Amino acid sequence: MSPRRTDTGGRIDRLKTIRFTFDGVAYTGHAGDTLASALLAKGVTLFGRSFKYHRPRGLLTAGVEEPNALVTVLKGEVREPNIPATMVEIHDGLVAISQNRFPSLAWDVNAVNQLGGKILSAGFYYKTFMGPVIGPLKGTRFWMFCEHFIRRAAGLGSAGSAKDPARYERMNAFCDVLVVGSGPAGLMAAKAAADHGARVILADLEPRFGGSTNWSDETIDGAPAADWARRTVTQLEGRDNVRLLPRTTVWGYYDNNTLAALERVSDHKEQPAKGEPRHRYWAIRAKSVVLATGAFERPLVFPGNDRPGVMLAHAAERYANEFGVLPGERIALFTNNDSAYRAAVALKKAGAAIVAIADVRSELSAEMRKLATEAEAEIFGGHAVVATEGGKALSGIKVQRFEMVTGALTGEERSIHADCLLMSGGWSPTIHLASQAGAKAEWNAARQAFLPPKPTQQWIGAGAFTGSFSTVEAIAEGRAAGLAAAGGTGTPTALPTVEAVAGDPDPAPVCEIRAKGKSFVDFQHDVTSEDVRLAHREGFVSVEHLKRYTTLGMATDQGKSSNVPGLAIMAEALGKPIPEVGTTRFRPPFAPVSIGSLAAERFGDLRPERLTPMHDWHLANGATMYSAGLWYRPMIYGHAGETVEQAYVREARATRESAGIVDVSTLGKIAVQGPDAAVFLDRVYTNMFSTLAFGKARYGLMLREDGLAFDDGTTWRLGEQDFLMTTTTANAGKVMQHLEYFLDVIWPELKVHVTSVTDEWAGAAIGGPKARQILAACVTGTAVDNATLPFMGIVRGEIAGVPVMICRLSFSGEMAFEVYSGAGHGTRVWEALVEAGKPFGLVTYGLEALGTMRIEKGHVTGAEIDGRTTARDLHLDWMLSKKKPFIGSAMMDREGLIASDRLELVGLIALDNRPLNGGAHIVEALDEANPHGSIGHITACCYSPALGKHIALALVEGGKARHGTRAHVSDPLRNRFGPVEIVSNHFYDPEGTRMHG
Amino acid sequence: MLITCPYCGPRGVIEFTYQGDGNRERPDPASQNFEAWNAYVYDRLNPAGDHNEIWQHSGGCRAHLRVVRNTLTHEISSVAFVRGDHGSAARRKAEDKA
Repeated sequence: MSPRRTDTGGRIDRLKTIRFTFDGVAYTGHAGDTLASALLAKGVTLFGRSFKYHRPRGLLTAGVEEPNALVTVLKGEVREPNIPATMVEIHDGLVAISQNRFPSLAWDVNAVNQLGGKILSAGFYYKTFMGPVIGPLKGTRFWMFCEHFIRRAAGLGSAGSAKDPARYERMNAFCDVLVVGSGPAGLMAAKAAADHGARVILADLEPRFGGSTNWSDETIDGAPAADWARRTVTQLEGRDNVRLLPRTTVWGYYDNNTLAALERVSDHKEQPAKGEPRHRYWAIRAKSVVLATGAFERPLVFPGNDRPGVMLAHAAERYANEFGVLPGERIALFTNNDSAYRAAVALKKAGAAIVAIADVRSELSAEMRKLATEAEAEIFGGHAVVATEGGKALSGIKVQRFEMVTGALTGEERSIHADCLLMSGGWSPTIHLASQAGAKAEWNAARQAFLPPKPTQQWIGAGAFTGSFSTVEAIAEGRAAGLAAAGGTGTPTALPTVEAVAGDPDPAPVCEIRAKGKSFVDFQHDVTSEDVRLAHREGFVSVEHLKRYTTLGMATDQGKSSNVPGLAIMAEALGKPIPEVGTTRFRPPFAPVSIGSLAAERFGDLRPERLTPMHDWHLANGATMYSAGLWYRPMIYGHAGETVEQAYVREARATRESAGIVDVSTLGKIAVQGPDAAVFLDRVYTNMFSTLAFGKARYGLMLREDGLAFDDGTTWRLGEQDFLMTTTTANAGKVMQHLEYFLDVIWPELKVHVTSVTDEWAGAAIGGPKARQILAACVTGTAVDNATLPFMGIVRGEIAGVPVMICRLSFSGEMAFEVYSGAGHGTRVWEALVEAGKPFGLVTYGLEALGTMRIEKGHVTGAEIDGRTTARDLHLDWMLSKKKPFIGSAMMDREGLIASDRLELVGLIALDNRPLNGGAHIVEALDEANPHGSIGHITACCYSPALGKHIALALVEGGKARHGTRAHVSDPLRNRFGPVEIVSNHFYDPEGTRMHG
Repeated sequence: MLITCPYCGPRGVIEFTYQGDGNRERPDPASQNFEAWNAYVYDRLNPAGDHNEIWQHSGGCRAHLRVVRNTLTHEISSVAFVRGDHGSAARRKAEDKA
């Protein structure tokens, strides 16, 4: 006997066949099937191996709370592990595999762990693999040694390493009422709120709206409940003020009524539609929220309750009524409450034989007896299931007389032949979102459940979420909640009428049958009731400690089915009532969330790119681009067959011999304007700017409030009240915020306005012995001779008819000029300069040559201004004005910042003529086997064509005092050791005769 | 978390940049009182409750706001321009138009 598809019934389309594979075997299912229902329909009962003991496991549930049937879905090279088969909608070409088994699901070598069951109890690994007190594997070293092997045997699916090609997106949404859950309560709430004119979003994690109406046998307004639900959804679909989000899990409830949701947009399709993302992350800001999230059925804890074929009663009802799948032919039930009797009737109607109903209660109501009769089932009142039989599928159960108050088992065991056992241990309202919203759940002894707390945010609960488990209550509460959430008041119209079997919502307070054998509490993490008691015996009395020690409720299902039974067993062991033991607070996410959806467009092809005005020219002229933050800049303009080093050496050499031009448009540019602009700059920079003449530029240094160096750059005085500040590329945004902060918060009396103009200007720096001649050949409207354009002077003129501003300043150490033009004309000016430079041997150069020439000159950049260095460390103390206070001046002279052993900027020359590496350490004495005694590190390095040597800038203890001495580079990671000479950071033309010309 | 910018209206926290403790008092720039400077740069309150903070609406009008936020609940009880009278919304709007 095995599970099978029924001939009729269910919300699947039997005319549409879908082909997929599981563990390499081809299967077919129907449109509307999940992977779980499709495989079950084909008789598959074994879905996975358990976490620790590698026990065979089947389906426990039919929904998001599934702890056992976790699979890995493969899409090409990309693998997504640990997805419940109950949440995978099948599509043509779906490839899924089982997990945590070797070599195959049916034959698993680690299943031998089951024999060691007594040993592999809670804390086994911590206790056993704590090594000896002495020796090479002492203490935790032994654990670290063993961990690799243990992790391979235990655990869930493995993540892939292939790059995920899927696209993810983020949406912001605003609404008056967000309804979470689309069962009868949610549908009524959404309709009531929408009728009242509210903007409504209705989200449900299932592909089909309707919740329990999809599988219940009840009628609403005289029609099958599912028809009523479909009608209601159709009404909502047609409204402008309603947005329906199926396949959308609301997983986080944050402050200000902000909720996070994950929409699985195209997982269920063979190919996503053009432009469709895989997942969409919704940030929903709702004025109010209706929580109609329903309830999870709980398993009962008894020996063998994890055998494939044992599942929750409502799950079986769902498989039969929603998917047209019978989970067995001879079905037994084990329950502590009335709800399971509905399942018995449903499965009987679907064609199964109900062989027995074991109920822990000896007194049963007349209604339940009537249902049992309808299901033609033998009732075992006051009985419990004490064992299950079979291997990878259930073959039978044993029941015994059970005394509810004492928990005692008496009388003979009786064997019952069954291929499926349904259990029901009562219901736990799905209060996760309410708990996340910030309040503690309240224990209700009658319902044997934690009920939602009083709202601390704008939400209203409805239906099973509140502990009202009947459809009649759900409909009434749903409408009231929807109306209240929309700000309306009660309406007198009649509610839809429900025809349903009445039942007592309160279960018997029994969650465990103590008999011989493993009784599982947390199926996913293989935690048994004995593990919980062991933890108690070993002194873990707080529920938080219990959770961490046993890992109860800590798997990907976050204990959706195990929380209450685990707590009840702990409470019993402690001899305390459940509310005193307490529950842990639920935290986001409610269900696993794809990392891609959180990164969304901040990653991949939607990440913004910043391109300079001359970007296309660079690409067309052979540049290899380099990404620097969001910017793209030429690294080299390589010739055919050249290495990167050959290219930058050629570019730097040509610049020093004739001339070179580089795109500097990425430098941060800030217009500082207003009557107090000069005063402001005096406070911001360490040196004076109020004394700067019009038409001149000055190099400036900024410190942070704590006295450490912050940023450097030149600032140009364009007029009495008009300055153009340049910053390093990387710090442009930070400097802007720094200036704004001081103007807005500290010195609001200063009349200064700062504007970011980085994108308004294109910049080209042209330097070298021939640079002036090149400019003279193409600039009109101004002379560029030494008298008109002295060092740090600024002139205005035109190039190719474009107005330009030219400042004579140098980063390369050559006679150099920065030519700024409106960004839109950048390429035209650049091309004119390149054309004018042809007769003079002008080269274009990229970041590598730029860096090489700055290292040769000993200029600092972000690598040296690293947030730990002071102006003195960088030999920029000549810039610290003594005539005025400035930001950082009060703190820069602290003891630790002026100590003689600080790391200072120096130059290094490799004496073995081999390349040096950034980040390598400098030591006084070399010890390759045991590297130690660092006196500093390299910040930047290159081959210097000007010196013909491998050189570097470094921060070294004592700095200047070591000039002329020898040390060693010690770089064990790259196995680079060797002698270096410490020299001044000004390697090349220290007097600056070349740039002053 | 939402911050109601007096100029732009209620906006998500993603648009704002935290710019530090609003209780800091910057000593006179010429002051050599090291204790005062040290307190300004390093000493911070860490209250469990209302906290006076400075936020910049960096993804909006870029104004700096003085925000009183409860560190336990994220409840924001007041938001005002740090610039005080310089920052009244009407005046700024008028200036922008002029």
